[in-house]
Amino acid sequence: MANVVTDHEIENYTINFGPQHPAAHGVLRLVLEMDGETIDRCDPHIGLLHRGTEKLIEYKTYLQAVPYFDRLDYVSPMNQEQSYAIAVERLLGITPPRRAQYIRMLFAELTRILNHIMNIASYAMDVGAMTPFLWTFEEREKLMFFYDEVSGARMHAAYVRPGGVAQDMPAGLDGRIREWAMAFPKIIDDMEGLLTENRIFKQRTVDIGAVSKDQAIAWGFTGPNIRASGIPWDLRKAQPYDCYDEVEFDIPIGKHGDCYDRYLVRVEEMRQSIKIILQCLDKMPSGPVRVNDRKVMPPPRAEMKGSMEALIHHFKLYTEGYHVPAGEVYAATEAPKGEFGVYLVADGTNKPYRCRIRAPGFVHLEGMDAMLRGHMLADVPAVLGSIDIVFGEVDR
Amino acid sequence: MTESPALQSLRDTADVIRNVLPQSVLSADVVRDELIVRVKREDIIRVLLVMRDDPRLSFSQLSDLAGVDYPSQPERFEIVYNLLSMSRNQRCRVKVTAAEGDPVASVTSIHPCANWLEREVWDLYGVFFSDHPDLRRILTDYGFEGHPLRKDFPLTGYVEVRYDEQLKRVIYEPVKLTQDFRTFDFLSPWEGIKLLPGDEKAAVPKAGA
Repeated sequence: MANVVTDHEIENYTINFGPQHPAAHGVLRLVLEMDGETIDRCDPHIGLLHRGTEKLIEYKTYLQAVPYFDRLDYVSPMNQEQSYAIAVERLLGITPPRRAQYIRMLFAELTRILNHIMNIASYAMDVGAMTPFLWTFEEREKLMFFYDEVSGARMHAAYVRPGGVAQDMPAGLDGRIREWAMAFPKIIDDMEGLLTENRIFKQRTVDIGAVSKDQAIAWGFTGPNIRASGIPWDLRKAQPYDCYDEVEFDIPIGKHGDCYDRYLVRVEEMRQSIKIILQCLDKMPSGPVRVNDRKVMPPPRAEMKGSMEALIHHFKLYTEGYHVPAGEVYAATEAPKGEFGVYLVADGTNKPYRCRIRAPGFVHLEGMDAMLRGHMLADVPAVLGSIDIVFGEVDR
Repeated sequence: MTESPALQSLRDTADVIRNVLPQSVLSADVVRDELIVRVKREDIIRVLLVMRDDPRLSFSQLSDLAGVDYPSQPERFEIVYNLLSMSRNQRCRVKVTAAEGDPVASVTSIHPCANWLEREVWDLYGVFFSDHPDLRRILTDYGFEGHPLRKDFPLTGYVEVRYDEQLKRVIYEPVKLTQDFRTFDFLSPWEGIKLLPGDEKAAVPKAGA
């Protein structure tokens, strides 16, 4: 019998990426349907880190809910506390003192840098550059010392609270932050020297996972990802909260919406954050850091030693907590990853009735499928790293 | 008292919504500087489509989609669509209600990002979205039963997992708690009690007082 050459039907096959993959930035499982090396469909399976935060918050008082926000996006804790604090403050109808608002802004911007250097460095490592990771983690360490100094914790600070911040900054910290902020642009330059014009880095990122303006809106993109697509949308400018309308900064935008632009936008955002940090330090007024309302914020320690009423207030606040008037509010802030929203429904008791957390990473990850179609398998870590995913907030 | 321009324009938006969609809108109010629009469940697709495409509204982005559970109400679930208009810098909250088993039309055709958000509401509340392209569970475990964010679902859940050394695999067991969940009645025992036990006579208003 003669050999007959037949055309074999080549079928698509599926491969499993994760959930324990070093480039998955946590516990992500991707089911990829491949046509050779090309991705036909990408189905992210999330929820491996689901802890039921929203359910747990319904069983906690308003103050006890604060630490849960540190543990959502554990790379940028204070920004999320800020969203929650603003939501509760709007329901209570209180405004924190200006010093507290400036401290919040200062730390929100420090946290933005904390987040962006983590993202850029680990992203660079995903696409093959090891050194930025080592250099920038030293800076992260310094930033976490600042966290430590104000709150006593390096990451899970529980520092920003409804009604202000937990305590004033220790003496001399502003000088140390200023010193660091003056030196940091040099680190950005060094890092950019390794990456921005790096041939390998550009080959891995330019024109990969490009998102147009319309797509970015339709897919619910926010933060650096929508700005990389060329839409100058920043909640700090558009809907200013705390004192963002009193500081000057620019919104960097990208042109192509690809992985490289998302990287460039983050780098420039860090420089703008430094600008805001220095302005915060210059403009920061002195004064109290908590609202002078004993039904929301506890009295100072010294007062409790002499005043029975202060003691009662303290006791009631740390057992029962405060009651928040019935109503609902959606408070959104510009977290490093995008719009971090808290939709809070209060029923007049000391616990939230419903606390919905709008995590930017959740919607960004949803866009993965459309961004990856037609790309190669090797582009998966590049796209995943560029949209800045942390599973604490995606899975909640 | 004069209103801020932002608040005034929010009221104007509420008027536009009422005029454009008179059949579908049940109410459109500005509460705490936020626009809340209640619409009929059947009309949600039409409402979101008009709100996206009408240039006077242009709510082009669906920021968030949340479920809320009110077990005491006849239609216990509230589906909340948080919309954002970037061009007009406004937010709007659209709400529909659904009883258990009532399907809500999926809005994935209007806002693609609703896909996962609706899957999440289905997973956590059990609200069914009709015409959804891929309505699977998203956050809970493979093979999970129940809808954990419902108010009648216990905080601890029903099952817990552990690795079994003999069977060499992860097994599911009913939840065993070594101590009860410490929940206290804080609904103000001081302010709530108007009448002390045994002190009933004190509260009787005196004649002529």
